[in-house]
Amino acid sequence: MKEKLVVIGNGMAGIRAVEELLKIAPDTYEISVFGAEPYGNYNRIMLSPVLAGEKTIDEIMLNDEQWYVDNGITLHKGKEVTEIDRVNRKVISADGTTEEYDRLLIATGSSPFIISVPGHDLEGVVPFRDIQDVNQMLDAASKHKHAVVIGGGLLGLEAANGLKEQGMNVTVVHLMDSLMERQLDQPASAMLKSSLEERGLQFILEAQTEAILGKDRVEKVRFKDGTEIYTDLVVMAVGIRPDFTLAEKAGIHCERGIVVNDTMQTFDPRVYSVGECVQHRGQTYGLVAPLFEMARVCANHLGQHGIGRYEGTVTSTKLKVTGIDLFSAGDFNGDENTESLVFQDAARGVYRKLVVQDNRIKGAVMYGDTIDGAWYFDLMRDETDISDFRDKLLFGQAHLGDSGHGEEHRVISLSDNAEVCGCNGVCKGDIVKAITEKKLFTLEDVRAHTKASSSCGSCTGMVEALLAHTVGGDYSVAPHLKPMCGCTEHSHDVVRESIGKIELKSIPDVMSVLDWDTPDGCPKCRMALNYYLLCAWPGEYQDASQSRFINERAHANIQKDGTYSVIPRMWGGDTTPKELRAIAEVAEKYKVKTVHVTGGQRIALFGLKKDELPAVWNDLNKSGLVSGHAYGKALRTVKTCVGKEWCRFGTQDSTQMGIELEKMTWGCWTPHKFKLAVSGCPRNCAEATIKDMGVVCVDSGYELHVGGNGGIKVRVTDFLCAIKTEEEVKEYCAAFMQLYREKAHYLERTAPWIERVGLTYVKEHIVEDEESRKVLAERFLYSQKFSQDDPWKERAEGSDKHEFEPLKELVADLKAG
Amino acid sequence: MNENWIEVGSVDDVPVQGARVVKTEGGDIAIFRTEKDEIFALRDKCPHKGGPLSQGFVHGKKVACPMHNWNINLDSGIAVAPDEGCAARYPIMIKDGNILLSLTPDEGASDN
Ligand code: SRM
Ligand SMILES: Cc1cc2nc3c(=O)[nH]c(=O)nc-3n(C[C@H](O)[C@H](O)[C@H](O)COP(=O)(O)OP(=O)(O)OC[C@H]3O[C@@H](n4cnc5c(N)ncnc54)[C@H](O)[C@@H]3O)c2cc1C
Ligand code: SF4
Ligand code: FES
Repeated sequence: MKEKLVVIGNGMAGIRAVEELLKIAPDTYEISVFGAEPYGNYNRIMLSPVLAGEKTIDEIMLNDEQWYVDNGITLHKGKEVTEIDRVNRKVISADGTTEEYDRLLIATGSSPFIISVPGHDLEGVVPFRDIQDVNQMLDAASKHKHAVVIGGGLLGLEAANGLKEQGMNVTVVHLMDSLMERQLDQPASAMLKSSLEERGLQFILEAQTEAILGKDRVEKVRFKDGTEIYTDLVVMAVGIRPDFTLAEKAGIHCERGIVVNDTMQTFDPRVYSVGECVQHRGQTYGLVAPLFEMARVCANHLGQHGIGRYEGTVTSTKLKVTGIDLFSAGDFNGDENTESLVFQDAARGVYRKLVVQDNRIKGAVMYGDTIDGAWYFDLMRDETDISDFRDKLLFGQAHLGDSGHGEEHRVISLSDNAEVCGCNGVCKGDIVKAITEKKLFTLEDVRAHTKASSSCGSCTGMVEALLAHTVGGDYSVAPHLKPMCGCTEHSHDVVRESIGKIELKSIPDVMSVLDWDTPDGCPKCRMALNYYLLCAWPGEYQDASQSRFINERAHANIQKDGTYSVIPRMWGGDTTPKELRAIAEVAEKYKVKTVHVTGGQRIALFGLKKDELPAVWNDLNKSGLVSGHAYGKALRTVKTCVGKEWCRFGTQDSTQMGIELEKMTWGCWTPHKFKLAVSGCPRNCAEATIKDMGVVCVDSGYELHVGGNGGIKVRVTDFLCAIKTEEEVKEYCAAFMQLYREKAHYLERTAPWIERVGLTYVKEHIVEDEESRKVLAERFLYSQKFSQDDPWKERAEGSDKHEFEPLKELVADLKAG
Repeated sequence: MNENWIEVGSVDDVPVQGARVVKTEGGDIAIFRTEKDEIFALRDKCPHKGGPLSQGFVHGKKVACPMHNWNINLDSGIAVAPDEGCAARYPIMIKDGNILLSLTPDEGASDN
């Protein structure tokens, strides 16, 4: 017999929890849901666009009634629960419907706050919370002319804008002296007010409502100072109050909300609660992002996975009034311990303020141009050290060496058939359509449904901007720490730390100890885990080749026609007639279609069949040619120029330096590919300043540069330090690579890694702390002992035979076809 | 149905969480082995753009195509939603640790 789960509240948080539960443990419960509203489940935050006539009710339904049927859920719609009987474990609704429960989930949301001035119950006074309220407002707008909105917060302004769009004459009345004072500082608030005035809204600030007057229907609003205004409709949008009367009546401990712990349990462990009705660590919430996070954690415990804790959420705010861009997050007012960075251009209507403490962003307010809101919000949540780019911070992410993508967020103004994702050929229109039709909320959803942003990721910003714009509000579930992938709750950092601390030494170990949700992971996590284990336990860990991408498994790069490419190493870009002859012979013997000089100073052979590879490698090996790892998340090439041996400007022997670096580092696996270069003078012919690590020779020695990237997003290196001797170059290089190997997330190249952790962090470990540098370099060299066997040689000699041979060759005819 | 079973090798010849290829005149067939030692056979051609599924990444009862990362269900040959498409699936029988394959694709499975 399945256990019974009863959910009270058919809103955004309750049903999200049910959805999450169905994903991870579909067969655990027999589920029934009570909803006081007579519909399926809808997207409450989209009521504002509905009021403004930009959406219809149908368009904002998240789960229609068929969804409940399809998932075997009993929906009691239009039935308000009036009693919870905890002794007999059942709930009873106003019409007498009763359900018994083994577990109960309370998700009753909140109620709009109605100020109890005389006349508040007259006809024509409405709150702004549900479909019924919106219908009332639309009805009033079709018959009447004047509206007053009490409350100049987020909801009030969205209501006012909507009614204005419906043709009404709207006055917003606010108790405070500035609008949205909880989300905006004074300057931003003033800018908002003037642009709303330009659109025709009227404001009365610092006004206290004394009474609402009228005979059958509202006619006037009177204020404390005696003034009165005529109106046909009053919308009360002065705040919300967590709805916990039912829970409190049942004896569940409540304060300002239903008190829950980090696993979303109330004081009665059988009873869970999520959404606006809860109070967690003293905090109540009124935005969806935290509620979605709560829902995830709750589902996880209901599904008996028993991991994951809710630890609170940092929220950010946007106003869903078309044409007005506004963003705020965190502590944007600051105090005596903080500093403010401010950018203001009144003529363009742009304002930005960042509140900073100890070089971390604590809060942000933006008005007019909110393109970088998501970026600041990320920096804030990750507590990123901003000292390295503080001078450019206010100008936004586009000014951080992100060439070619500076305009990316202008996406909103693009036409529908403009291509957003170049990798998968996805246009703006497709993405917007998927978001609205399939009701997508998160970046991951959009990736799964459209493939946009699922490949190189350079359009991620654009897709996020589209999401934010299309679903409005706080679209993304913004967990404090991003899980590695869908198979686990844990972040990359937590997993790596556990591998070391708990001494986990195989992929199955990691998955069982850390409670993976899937039996054997997915490509994302297994490839990452294989790398993390290899890095943590050099010489000890048995590489799991089936947890590697085909290229690394086969030690060659798969091509679009299923053939493979072979690129042998050319140390520091030098070669010899003997090597060239060997390559030429192989090319002829195996009828290689294309022989190409690569961008990495070596020669590639394209179009080889997989079963020929071991023989090809054998032939190359004979002339001393080994694997170039052009297929791996590994040390790739060390590009060099001819340097002082030949060049009239050369200051040091850059070629020899490059060869020695390549001999030291080849064979090494890294979180993403790693490229080095050495230039003989600052003319920099080897392009050292767009490599993961670049060495530029100067008269007095060597300059080291790190974190460069050609490719998708060009990033010029940061200058690390200048040093004198060749030995030092090697030590710094080994130490830097090891720090990157140990600290970066899998598939994070040095450029984004350094942007995440900060150059200061790298300097602290590599430049300023000699001890740390030496220890890192030693660890690097130690692990190299186990990785410098040529993988091609091993395979040419017969290891991994199964990888290269068919299981069987049949000559029989294929029967049907 | 007239099944003509052909022995193609032993279960141990196929790596766990991996695949091997059986070459036939009608094209390659990929034989997969999951972490739970289940064996499946699909046409070695991804419904997306024909990528060789045998070179893919086996996880759960799925394989991720090496070309553009579509996921294909091993037991049905059907692409995991939201992707759409199907790789033909072939009957398999295990006898004394050996894999027997029929070259007649399962009914309902399209063979393209
Ligand atoms: C062969 C080569 C092009 C050529 O004909 O010259 C090449 C070919 C590929 N590059 Fe590259 N890249 C080659 C030099 C480069 C360079 C130039 C360089 O190294 O100086 C760059 C820009 C520099 C950089 O990496 O910062 C480059 C930036 C990329 C990127 C973008 C990386 C990024 O961080 O933005 C990718 C995509 C990726 O790795 O995810 C990529 C991916 C690829 C892949 C692996 C795509 C794939 O998965 O199939 C191509 C494999 C072909 C094959 O079968 O081997 N390739 N690629 C070059 C091989 C160099 C070598 O000898 O190993
Ligand atoms: C107009 C508007 C715009 C908004 N815009 C944004 C935005 O842009 N961004 C953002 O993040 N958030 C926004 N919000 C807030 C967001 O909608 C809420 O945070 C979210 O809906 C709360 O989810 P919940 O499940 O806790 O409550 P609800 O969605 O309110 O669900 C609670 C449900 O429980 C039902 N219920 C209550 N008591 C009982 C009972 N005893 N028996 C049966 N059923 C009961 C209620 O009828 C209701 O349907 C907006 C809200 C409104 C009203
Ligand atoms: S880097 Fe300088 S020394 Fe080297 S080849 Fe270029 S110009 Fe000549
Ligand atoms: S060919 Fe398989 S995913 Fe494209």
